[in-house]
Amino acid sequence: MSEGHLRGRQVFFSIIKRDLMLAFRTPGQVVNPVAFYLMVASLFPLGIAPDKALLSQLAGGIVWIGALLAVLLSLDSLFRSDQEDGSLDQLLLSPHPLPLLALAKVAAHWLATGLALILTAPLLALMLHLPTQAFPALMLSLLLGTPLMSLVGGIGAALTVRVQRGGVLLTLLSLPLYVPVLIFGTGAVQSAVDGMEYTGHLLWLGALLMTGLCLAPLAIAASLRVVVDG
Amino acid sequence: MNWTFFHKLGSPKWFYHLSGKWLPWLGTLAALSMIAGLVWGLLFAPPDYLQGNSYRIIFLHVPTAFLASAVYLMMAGAAVVTLVWKVKLADVALQCMAPIGSSFCLLALITGAIWGKPTWGTWWVWDARLTSMLILLFLYFGVIALRGAIRSATTAAKACAVLTLVGVVNIPIIKFSVEWWNTLHQGATLTLTEKPAMAVQMLWPLLISILGFYLFFGAVLVLRMRIEILNRERRTRWVQKLVADEMGV
Repeated sequence: MSEGHLRGRQVFFSIIKRDLMLAFRTPGQVVNPVAFYLMVASLFPLGIAPDKALLSQLAGGIVWIGALLAVLLSLDSLFRSDQEDGSLDQLLLSPHPLPLLALAKVAAHWLATGLALILTAPLLALMLHLPTQAFPALMLSLLLGTPLMSLVGGIGAALTVRVQRGGVLLTLLSLPLYVPVLIFGTGAVQSAVDGMEYTGHLLWLGALLMTGLCLAPLAIAASLRVVVDG
Repeated sequence: MNWTFFHKLGSPKWFYHLSGKWLPWLGTLAALSMIAGLVWGLLFAPPDYLQGNSYRIIFLHVPTAFLASAVYLMMAGAAVVTLVWKVKLADVALQCMAPIGSSFCLLALITGAIWGKPTWGTWWVWDARLTSMLILLFLYFGVIALRGAIRSATTAAKACAVLTLVGVVNIPIIKFSVEWWNTLHQGATLTLTEKPAMAVQMLWPLLISILGFYLFFGAVLVLRMRIEILNRERRTRWVQKLVADEMGV
């Protein structure tokens, strides 16, 4: 292989490295979704009631919906800045398979935001009085669910990359597709709260994640080609 | 089999001329079967032994609900044709089907709510079927919104086709998960119980009514597609000639 030609795996990791570096040099990109997450979740006790028994019943759902909205909010920037500075065109021109590059972008996005949200979740769960026995279920379900949301939302982000102020549109496209993730995620937490077995929900989330890992990069790549190349 | 007919149909001009001949037939058949099915169902079919007359909304509700799902599947078919064979007409169909499908979806939800009030005592329950219908409506909204947001017609066509296919892959997953969610979260809920083997006097008007709604959908779709074709091809010679002839210039 001649010099200057990178192997697929190297390209994959160099994209992740680049995106993470960019994310951490503009800390807002990492911190803002977390701050948003904290604020949205604290609106629920304010809006409903500071009642411990009630909140502990709702906590799983609140933590999950908050994470879902925070992921959506951050997804808008997934391809947009690359589109603006022209590096997205370079990705499209590259000889490497576009689905692989798209997967790298999504992976970097998840590492920068999804992981931070997962780490914030126990704090929120504590504040919302989620019963202790449900914490493992919450963490595991988010660990499987947030990458899936990044993958599925990536399709919406790719389709709206050229749309001015595409944030609302991205939300509109992605939310219906998030329904299964939300159902299985909160299902796992709720089962754990009720002291029941929750492996089934996690297995389903895992299965969906595997399906998403296989299919979503293809859909993202197709969307990018359609939207950027016309 | 001779496929030239099919290829010609793919050209907007041919479709416009041919569909002009079909439209009166399609419209008449749709009107006749809808009137037959609805009059029979609403006036002459026997009342239900449990629900009395309130069940009669079934003659509107079931056809609209059928079409709400069927139209999305047809859109997925049109999306495949758009992406693979790049047939312009398929995208016209995709664009025109989305608002019709979403209207049927909305009608199914509304008629369902009206039916739910006397039968279940409430306008809305988070029943698995209702919820997945609602999410189907959101999927329709997404396709319509994406079309509106992208300026370039060719890009919008392909982007909507991709989104429709993503949606159609997700529909079974959504449907399954919603059904699961419902059985998990709610114990005793009011469900749309399995239809007890329906009496023939009710089944026939229902089938005719479904046929009528399908024909109505076909007629509206053809009408919308004709208008959309004229709009898209407005700069071509045949459309300008057509308009000039109509105006008597």
